[in-house]
Amino acid sequence: MLLAAQGRTLTSVGKTPSQYAGDWDEVTEHQSAVSFRGVTKRFGDEVVAVDGVDIDIRDGEFFSLLGPSGCGKTTSLRMIAGLEFPTEGSVQIFGEEMGVRPPNKRPVNTVFQSYALFPHMNVEDNIAFGLRMQGVDKSEVLTRVGDSIDLVRLTGLGKRKPNKLSGGQQQRVALARALVNRPKVLLLDEPLGALDLKLRQTMQLELKDIQSEVGITFVYVTHDQEEALTMSDRIAVMSEGKLAQVGTSEEIYETPTNVFVAGFVGEMCFVPAVIVGDNQVRLEGGSVVAARADGAAGDDVVLTVRPESLHLYAQMGEAPDGRNAVPGTIHRRVFFGDSIMYEVDVGAAAMMDVRVENIPSARRWNEGDSVIVDFHPDAAAALAE
Amino acid sequence: MSVSQGTSAKRWVDRLLAINGWLIFAFLYLPIIFVVAFSFSASSNVGVWGGFTLDWYDRMFQNSQMMNALRNSLWVALWSTIIATVLGTAAALALDRYKRWLGRGPFDAVLYLPIIIPDVTMAVMLLLWFTQIGIGLGKETIILAHIAFNISFVAIVVRARLSHMDASIEEAASDLYATRWQAFRKVTFPLILPGVLGGALLALTLSLDDVVIASFVQGPGATTLPVYVFGLIKRSVTPEINAVSTLMLGASMILVFASLGFQRRGEKND
Amino acid sequence: MTDLKDRGAPVEQVNPELEKKANRRESWRGFFHAAPAYVYLTFFFILPLIIVFVFSFASRSRTGKPLLADWNLDSWIKLLDPLVRTIAVRSLWMAILNTVICLIIGYPFAYWIATRAKRSTRTFLLVLVLIPFWSNFLVRTYAWRTLLGNDGLVTQFGEATGLWGRMLFTEPAVFIGLFYGYLPFVVLPLYAAIERIDWSLVEAARDLYASGSQAFRRVTLPLSKPGIIAGSVLVFIPSLGAYVTPDILGGAKTTLLGNYIVTQFGGARNWPFGASLSSAILIVMLLATLFYFRSDGKTL
Repeated sequence: MLLAAQGRTLTSVGKTPSQYAGDWDEVTEHQSAVSFRGVTKRFGDEVVAVDGVDIDIRDGEFFSLLGPSGCGKTTSLRMIAGLEFPTEGSVQIFGEEMGVRPPNKRPVNTVFQSYALFPHMNVEDNIAFGLRMQGVDKSEVLTRVGDSIDLVRLTGLGKRKPNKLSGGQQQRVALARALVNRPKVLLLDEPLGALDLKLRQTMQLELKDIQSEVGITFVYVTHDQEEALTMSDRIAVMSEGKLAQVGTSEEIYETPTNVFVAGFVGEMCFVPAVIVGDNQVRLEGGSVVAARADGAAGDDVVLTVRPESLHLYAQMGEAPDGRNAVPGTIHRRVFFGDSIMYEVDVGAAAMMDVRVENIPSARRWNEGDSVIVDFHPDAAAALAE
Repeated sequence: MSVSQGTSAKRWVDRLLAINGWLIFAFLYLPIIFVVAFSFSASSNVGVWGGFTLDWYDRMFQNSQMMNALRNSLWVALWSTIIATVLGTAAALALDRYKRWLGRGPFDAVLYLPIIIPDVTMAVMLLLWFTQIGIGLGKETIILAHIAFNISFVAIVVRARLSHMDASIEEAASDLYATRWQAFRKVTFPLILPGVLGGALLALTLSLDDVVIASFVQGPGATTLPVYVFGLIKRSVTPEINAVSTLMLGASMILVFASLGFQRRGEKND
Repeated sequence: MTDLKDRGAPVEQVNPELEKKANRRESWRGFFHAAPAYVYLTFFFILPLIIVFVFSFASRSRTGKPLLADWNLDSWIKLLDPLVRTIAVRSLWMAILNTVICLIIGYPFAYWIATRAKRSTRTFLLVLVLIPFWSNFLVRTYAWRTLLGNDGLVTQFGEATGLWGRMLFTEPAVFIGLFYGYLPFVVLPLYAAIERIDWSLVEAARDLYASGSQAFRRVTLPLSKPGIIAGSVLVFIPSLGAYVTPDILGGAKTTLLGNYIVTQFGGARNWPFGASLSSAILIVMLLATLFYFRSDGKTL
C-alpha cells in the first residue's frame, strides 16, 4: 500500500527529482516525504532557532520532533509548512525544492496548536475551506467534507460554530480541516497540549489509528516524550536548534547516544565516572562496573542506566553472576503506587534511583539500609558529557 | 474579572461608591434631560416652563438655513467617514500584521497625534495650510479636515479588534490554499468587520460633532449644523436650539446603540 | 537507514538572498497598506503643523494675514505680554484643575462600575456613561448655558437657597462646563484599566495582612496607573485648548487660550500671533505626549 501511495504521490508531483543519481525504482522506494539538508534558521543576528539540521522523513511514517521549549522543533515544522523560510539549507517535499514557496503552494497542511478554527464559520465551512480555495467542485466538496466529519467522529455537529464545541471536538475539526485536502504530509504542532490527560491519551490512539488508515506522512511536534514514544515510528530529538538523535522509539529509549537524550526521555540514573579499561568504568564512589563505553581510558563519562533495570539485594552474594554490583545506602524512599522508588547513595553523593515494582513478593527497604545495586552490563552505557 | 466576595470593599464603602455613582449619573443626565424637556416648552425663556408645544420643532424644520446646514453636515460626515475608514483600516492592518517596514515607528507615533491635539490648534493648522496652498474653502475642505483626524480614530478601534484575533488564523488560511486576497476577504475582513464598523461610527459621530475645525475651514454656504447652532447660541438663546439639540441627541443615541450592536455581534463568535 | 545524504546526493542550498527577498517583499506589503494613510497624514497634518511654526515667524500684513517676508520674532515676543501671561496661566490652571478634579471624581466612579460582579451590570452602566460621551459636545455645553443663565434652573435653585447667584460668564461656569464635558473622557480609560486588574493580586495582598485601604493604595492604585495617565492626557490637553466651552459659558474676563487664539483669526487680525500661540500649545502638547509614552502608556 505504501508503494502504491508513493506511486500516486510521485505522479501528482509530476517532476523527476533530477538531482538524484541511481535508478528510478530504487529512488521511489526510498523517496523521502520531507528532507532537510543543512537547514539553519536565524532570526535577526543573534537567535539561531535551527542549526544545521539534516533529516529524512519517510513516506507514510509517523515522525515526531521532540524536545524542550525553544529547541527549534516548531520552527522546523513551520519551515516545512512554508510559514518560515530557511536562512540556509534546503527543505524538500518529495524531492521538490520548496525554496520560498508560500504555504498555499505547498502540498502540506497544518494542524495548529491553537487549532486556528475560523470563528465566523461553522464546522462544515471550516473543513470545506481548503477545498473551496482550490476550486473543488461543489458536490465533491459536500461528499469529502461529510466523509471527513465521519472520519473524526463529529457526525451531526456540522452546523455548529467552533465556540460551541469542546476542546477535543475543536481539535478534531482542525484535524479534519487539514486531512480533507489529502495533503502529502500532515503537520501537527503540539495539537493535544490543551487537552486534559485522559482525553489526550484517547486522542493519541485515535490519531495513530487515523494515520494508519489514511496512510500519509505525519510530522508531529511535541515536548511530551511519552506521547512521542507511544505514537511515533521514528523520533528526532532536538535541543537548542540541533538534532540530538534520530531513531525509532526503542532506539531512543534503550540506546540514547548522548546525555541529553538519555535524560530527556524517560527516567535515567546518571553517575559521573571515568573510563578505566575496555568497556569498564570506575564510578565516583570507587566501584568499577562493566558498561558499554566508547572512548579512551581516562575519559570523563557519565554512566547511564534506567531505574527499572536496577535491582536491590542485601549482600554481594545474593545477586546472580556476571552482573554489576554497586554497594550503597538507601537515602530516600518515594511511593508511587504501582512502584516504589529508592534513592541509593553509591558514594561521593552520587545517587542511583532504583524503581521496584510494588508487588507483594517484593522486598521493602528502609532509609539507611545498606544495599547492593545490581544491573546487567548491557543495560548501562557510559556516555560523553 | 470581578472582585470576589472576600475582597469587596466594606459594606459602607460599597454603599458610598454606589451613591457617588448614581449622583454622577444624575449630574451627567439632568442637563441633557432639561434640554430635551424644554424643547417642548411654549415659553421662549429657556428656564421657564410655558406649557407643552411642538412649535419649536416646527420652526426648526421651516428654517431653511438650518436644513441646509444639516444637509451639509450629513454630506461631509458621509464622505469623511468612508474615506477615513478605508485609510484607517489599512493603516491598522499595516501596523498589526506587518512588523517591520519603512517608517513604521514614526507612523505609529504620528497616528496618535490627531487624537490628542486640541481642536483649536488643528483648526488653525489647517486654515493656514489651506490658505498657503491655495485650496478654496468650502465643503471639500471640511471633508479633508475631518478625514485627517478620523483616520487615527478608526485605526485605533480596528487595531484593538485586530489584537484580539489569533494571528495563526491567517496562517491557517494560507495553509489551506487561500491567496492573500482570498484570506483577507473570507477570513480577516469578516472578523475585523465589527471593529471597522465601530470605527466608522466613531468617525461619523466625531464628524457630526465638530464645531471648531469646521468653523475655521468652511467656505461661504458650507456651514455645518453644529457651526450653525453655535452661531445661534451666541446670538440668542431660544428653545428652537433645544429642539435641534434634542434631534442631535437622538442621533447620538442611535449611533451609540448601533455601535454597541455591532460589537455585540462580533463578540458572539469569540 | 538508507539516508539519501549517505548515498552522496548533492546538497541544494537555499540562496540566503531568497529569504531576504521574501522578507523585503513582506516589508513592502506592510508599507503599501499604510502608505495612503501615511501620505494623507503627512500632507494634511504634518505639513500643516510645520506651517504653523513657519507662520509664527512671519510678519503681519494690514489684513492680519501673514506676510511671508520680513521674518521676525514679533509674534513670539508678544507671547511674553502680561495679558498673554494672564490668559496662559488661567488656562493652565483651568486645565490642571479640571484634570485633577476629573480624576478625583472619576476614579471612584470608574472603580464602582468596573467592580460590579456581573458582566451585564458593567455593560449596562458603561452604556449609561457612553450615551453622554457620544452626545454632541455643543449640546452638552449649551445645556449648562441654559441652566446657568438668568432664569436657568441652577440659578433659580441657587437664588432660592441663597447659595449662589447667576454664574454664567464667570470662571466657575467655564469650569463646570469643562468638567462636565471631559468627565467621560477620564472615566473610560480608567474603567478599562481597572477592569483589567487581576483581582487575585488584591486577594494576595489581603492574605498578607493588608487592610482594605492598604491593598487599594499599594496594589489596585498602582495597577491602574496606565488608565490614570491615559485619562489625564485625554483631559488635560483638550482642556488647555478649550474654545467652545469658554466661548459659550464664559465672558471677556474669562478668556482662555482657545478663545484668544480664535480672536487672532477674527477680530484681532493677527494671524502670525495666532500661529505663535498655537505653536506654544503644540509644544506643551508634544511634551505631555512624550511624558505619556515614556511612562509606559500605550493604549488610549
